Amino acid sequence: MSAMLELKNVSAGYGSFQALFDVSLTVNAGEAVAVIGPNGAGKTTLLRAISKLIELSAGEIVFDGKRLSEVAPHRIIELGLSQVPEHRRLFPRLTVEENLRMGAYTREARVHFTQRLEMVYALFPRMRERRHQAAGTMSGGEQQMCAIGRALMSGPKLLLLDEPSAGLAPVIVQSIFELMKQIRSEGYTVMIVEQNVRQVLKVVDRAYLLEVGRIKASGSAAELLTSEHIQKAYVGL
Amino acid sequence: MKPRPAWAFAIAALAILPLLVSSNYLLHVMVLVFIWSFIYTAWSLMGRFGLVSFGHSAFMGIGAYVVTMLWNFHGLSPWLGIPIAVALACGLAVLIGYPCFRFRITGHYFALVTLALTEVVRSVIVALRDTTGGSLGVTPNSVLKDGTTWSLTALQFADKRVFFYLALGLWLFGLWVWQRIDRSMLRYAMEAVSQEEDAAASVGVNVTRAKLTVTVISAALTALGGALYGQYQQYINPETVASIGVSLQIVFAVIAGGMFVRLGPTTGALFTLLLTEALRVTIGNKINALDSTIYGLMLVLFIIYMPTGILGRLMRKKKPADGASGGPARPAPA
Amino acid sequence: MAQFFDIFLLEAVLNGLLFGGVLALLALGLNLVFGVIDVVWICYAELMMIGMYTVYYLHNIYGLPLFVAFGAAVVLVGALGMLLHVLVIRPVLNSEPINQLLVTGGVLTFLQAAATLAFGIEFKNLGVSMPSLLVGEISLPWSRIAAALTAVTAMGLLWLFLKKTYIGTAIRAISQDRAIMPLMGVDASRIYLTTSAIGGGLAGLGACLLVLQYDVHPAIGLSFGPLTFMVCVLGGLGNMLGGFIAAFIFAQLINVGGFVWSTEWGYVMAFGFFIVMMFVRPQGILGGKS
Repeated sequence: MSAMLELKNVSAGYGSFQALFDVSLTVNAGEAVAVIGPNGAGKTTLLRAISKLIELSAGEIVFDGKRLSEVAPHRIIELGLSQVPEHRRLFPRLTVEENLRMGAYTREARVHFTQRLEMVYALFPRMRERRHQAAGTMSGGEQQMCAIGRALMSGPKLLLLDEPSAGLAPVIVQSIFELMKQIRSEGYTVMIVEQNVRQVLKVVDRAYLLEVGRIKASGSAAELLTSEHIQKAYVGL
Repeated sequence: MKPRPAWAFAIAALAILPLLVSSNYLLHVMVLVFIWSFIYTAWSLMGRFGLVSFGHSAFMGIGAYVVTMLWNFHGLSPWLGIPIAVALACGLAVLIGYPCFRFRITGHYFALVTLALTEVVRSVIVALRDTTGGSLGVTPNSVLKDGTTWSLTALQFADKRVFFYLALGLWLFGLWVWQRIDRSMLRYAMEAVSQEEDAAASVGVNVTRAKLTVTVISAALTALGGALYGQYQQYINPETVASIGVSLQIVFAVIAGGMFVRLGPTTGALFTLLLTEALRVTIGNKINALDSTIYGLMLVLFIIYMPTGILGRLMRKKKPADGASGGPARPAPA
Repeated sequence: MAQFFDIFLLEAVLNGLLFGGVLALLALGLNLVFGVIDVVWICYAELMMIGMYTVYYLHNIYGLPLFVAFGAAVVLVGALGMLLHVLVIRPVLNSEPINQLLVTGGVLTFLQAAATLAFGIEFKNLGVSMPSLLVGEISLPWSRIAAALTAVTAMGLLWLFLKKTYIGTAIRAISQDRAIMPLMGVDASRIYLTTSAIGGGLAGLGACLLVLQYDVHPAIGLSFGPLTFMVCVLGGLGNMLGGFIAAFIFAQLINVGGFVWSTEWGYVMAFGFFIVMMFVRPQGILGGKS
């Protein structure tokens, strides 16, 4: 199985501040992979680098055989890489349906808009109810559903999720991770960046531990869950 | 800041200039340079703190018209007319400034409101055409006839040299005010405000009062400049003292010269006036349009490539590490 | 006697409604550009002036049919809008907002002066006279009616465009969250360019409507520019609905005030209202943040 997403020795940061140091990881087709780590570890920077919202200072990112350095940021979604940003980042004054429409902005996605819309509504019945409601007026959990739905509208091969549980009530968090399982079972390849270690390791196959911009550990979810280091530092958070 | 001996020497040199130079034309240009430098300096008192006004022409217009109208219709000497005009300008500044500052209207909004202000003043002047002469302009009733070459009451002088010294004095006064503010707590308060209003307020800066203070001072001085301009030119019309063109010209000159340096506005005045005169000499007619075309183009280019102005750029080269008289220290836009 | 008075007052009110329509169109363009790109085109009315000259020259000097001249003006000013964005706005997009104002102020001066050099200061009249609609005692110029109808139609079309198309939705989205636009596959700079073209096109359309009623000269921008700004500020800068409402209020004040006193005083009244509103509600009628 060739890697769908591959980061080779990636370094990146903001101006003179470097956030990622020599990060290498892979995500294979069909897998669910997590990147865990504490606040400020560089997890969001990692996703930003993949989506080319920031530039790399070193290293290379390859997605589906294509070198991302050769692709403009707004064309990455066309390759099949879609991201659910941190804090949802819905367009607050657009309706749910309009947000979903924005997710289907690419030429290919527009063609399949109606059928994908149905798919998303089937996955999230609550969204169908609220289709004409301004997205900013929904609860956190509902917004997360909408954000995930928006990312699915482009029919991605790989779905990136940036801290999907952040800022949500524990009971909602539970349902979000249930959702992750469901999306996985639909066949999507998923990469989740998360602080909530215990929950996310129950959902993914493999995980990487990112600390202070470097990959400190990696392995199967089971391995990491039972590792002493992780137990001490992160579980119970 | 330049060391004192150099200043004293420069002032002395300027002071004896009229005695050496006999060319009326040169004196005329110098008077205009001084008056406009004064007005530009007054504008920069606000501009340097991010309160960019596109409406200073309104204050200038008030200065010029109120003084002239009071003289023409009530025989009121400019010595009384000027304080009245200045007071009116201050009143207008507060009228517009207070709600804007109180409700944190800044940036685009504020600039547009001030731009509207120019238009309001201009419209009122034109609407009152029976009194003000409308777009045709008006002349202060002259007392300089039958051999009278000067009148202190009327503030009219046939000899340009008198105006030279008046304008010189005004210019120096403006620079003095600039320095006083630059060295005062108000300066630091305003700089804090221009960077981060909430933070400034939280450390006890009365934001509204600080902004109003600089605005009122700026308006008062501009009105004063407008009044002297009217007295000197002996002819005013809405286009030359109360129009958006003039408002923009003020902004352009200060930007070109350098907004954050004391002599920046003066440099701008020199630059623009020399440009106008150079065009007049070489091209001749239609210069009004030509120099404005160039101004407009240059303003665009200046903003894009040299936002700190000519003098600002030069001074930065001289002392790169010193931020004291340097440019705006603004955080990157979010 | 009172009846007579009422009729002409009614006429002023109706004319005010018609004028309001055109003013609303102008405000719309400015609000669109500001709402999306966060820049105020101080030179907006000057772009309109170029449009008016375009119609004049194409129709009166080159003899093209009026509607062809109109179309050309809309396209030309739309292109000018894009040019303005690329050459002048883009370089200063990330610097302080003041710079953006100043730079368009420079363009204002430049366009006005260049027009004077190119076309001269004489007032030029399109020479297209249209009859007036007589309703009882009230006379409403057809040019004004046509202008108002066109304006309203254009606004309706724009609303549909913004609501129903992908690009329109993207235009609305980008002002709400610019940073994530690439994640949607949207090239932000292209959206800005499109918005600039629409803003310019609206100015061009406004030019077509105004050239029927007013003579064109290089400084005509000064007659409509500040007015448009005030309308926008009054309605809440960037708020298209607010600008729409404010336009009609302003137009009524100008026309009725002009009817009761003189034309200039009508304007002064409107401006006075503006100043009072600044005191009462500086962020504008529908303005949200300060």
